[in-house]
Amino acid sequence: MVRVLVPSGALGLNYDKEALARGVAAKPDIIAIDGGSTDSGPSYLGRGVSKYARSSTKIEWAGLMEARAQAGCPLVIGTAGTCGTDSAVDWMLDITREIAAEQGRPLKIAVLRSSQEPAAIAKAYGAGKVTPLPNAPEIDAGLIESCTNIVALAGVEQITEALNTGADIIIAGRTTDTAIIAALPLQKACHAGGAWHGAKIGECGALCATNPQSGVILIDFDTDGFTVTPLADGAHATPHTVSAHMLYENSDPFILYEPGGYLDVTGAAYTALDDTSVRVTGSEWVASVDYTVKLEGARGAGFQTVLMALIRDAHYVENSERWAADIVTKCSAKVLDRLAVGPDDFTIEIRIIGKTASFGTLETNHATPPEVGAIGIVTAKTESLSQEIGKMLNPYLLHHPLTLEEEVPTFAFLFSPAEMPRGQTYEFALNHVLHLDDPMAAFALEVHDIA
Amino acid sequence: MTLPKLRDIAQKVRSKNAGPFWLTIDIFCGTPEAFEQVQTRLKTDAVARLYGAETQLLKRFEMADLNVVKISLPRPATQGAIDDRDMHGASWAALLAEMEL
Repeated sequence: MVRVLVPSGALGLNYDKEALARGVAAKPDIIAIDGGSTDSGPSYLGRGVSKYARSSTKIEWAGLMEARAQAGCPLVIGTAGTCGTDSAVDWMLDITREIAAEQGRPLKIAVLRSSQEPAAIAKAYGAGKVTPLPNAPEIDAGLIESCTNIVALAGVEQITEALNTGADIIIAGRTTDTAIIAALPLQKACHAGGAWHGAKIGECGALCATNPQSGVILIDFDTDGFTVTPLADGAHATPHTVSAHMLYENSDPFILYEPGGYLDVTGAAYTALDDTSVRVTGSEWVASVDYTVKLEGARGAGFQTVLMALIRDAHYVENSERWAADIVTKCSAKVLDRLAVGPDDFTIEIRIIGKTASFGTLETNHATPPEVGAIGIVTAKTESLSQEIGKMLNPYLLHHPLTLEEEVPTFAFLFSPAEMPRGQTYEFALNHVLHLDDPMAAFALEVHDIA
Repeated sequence: MTLPKLRDIAQKVRSKNAGPFWLTIDIFCGTPEAFEQVQTRLKTDAVARLYGAETQLLKRFEMADLNVVKISLPRPATQGAIDDRDMHGASWAALLAEMEL
């Protein structure tokens, strides 16, 4: 049997300290926590930075390093620093060194790197080794090379290599959410379907149970399946909460693709062992012939400046979308007239919060609210152009009349200045897989000994 | 006569990203009766029209043991792209919850 302790769904979301102590007392074979996701958008990958505060990350990581020392088992973090680029891994390594010095313990740290050279990926694309997943954007070599960061998602093969170094702590770059949990059970010959399925159930911590905020869960893997137990007071796993977790953030609730194959939970059976633990058997792992790893990439998508006005005048609230469309037309014409730019160098958009900001033309509820917010979004090729156009948009949002006959209106600005520069924005550019002959070919492993 | 909306029948409708390129919507019906109603009255092509998606790209799963109908579709805009409106795909469920069945 292999016992995996998962402190929470992500480092930075905090965990229940009492529940963690219970987990340590249960003598886990490994402590595994996820450090990231694409869920907060492309900026983190584009810049190669963490979304969480360094101070919060350090406090939570120090607690886990202490727990690891007490449990005498390895501690692994996957997708370190939100995006799992080499820069985010180095940030995490730096925090780890600081804590190690403060805790005064010698440590062996394995670092698994997932960053890819855009030029190397462009070359692999040219050789037919990069293929699209469903709803992938159109790409070419130039677009790949324009990415500021590309990462490959490591699977169990690469995490197993890192475990084999005998490290106390593994800081991994981008990995699949499941790989860090499934690796040790698979290495110890636990049921493959159970290892992957248990990892998927556990990757969000206690989200698979009641009291999901509590974080901490224990998963026992064996040769038939797995058992999941949330450890916080008042947290219970039931066959319903566990099986329903396969719905979460999965486009397919039965099939989960991973490097080297896929998990099929169609035949899974969920049984309550008591009112807290659930036993799962019958999940199946189907190995693939070809070994692929998913790629994520982000590239610059222009510089943004946003402005916001509040509209409370009933006549303008009612006609706010016509008003906004008129501003976009007139302000765009003014930009083309006054600046040496073309129509492809910028976009101006105004979204009406209170009416169609969420769904645009797909909105079906056309009720008129008492007030609306008008958010102006300028996206341009350069920072200075973005701010210049933002300043041109300012007087329209402040004073633009619906008709020339009426008195010039004034709308509420929240701030001075009204323009809020957002700097460089990024977009996700890849939804593809990279075909590998050797799973380690796209990854690098290094070991640091801290005396 | 006004037709019932999905939210009048189902217990909860939630949406979330399934990666940056897909959106997934989970309809928790709550009871077998509600599940059966949603199963028969919620038409996949009507859902596709609601989101401006192509019907053949929608994935639909009906899970009787959970009383859940799940629909996954290509995101109306790629997550975080300049035409995206909802970084986590959190609000899109409301459009479906308010659909008349």
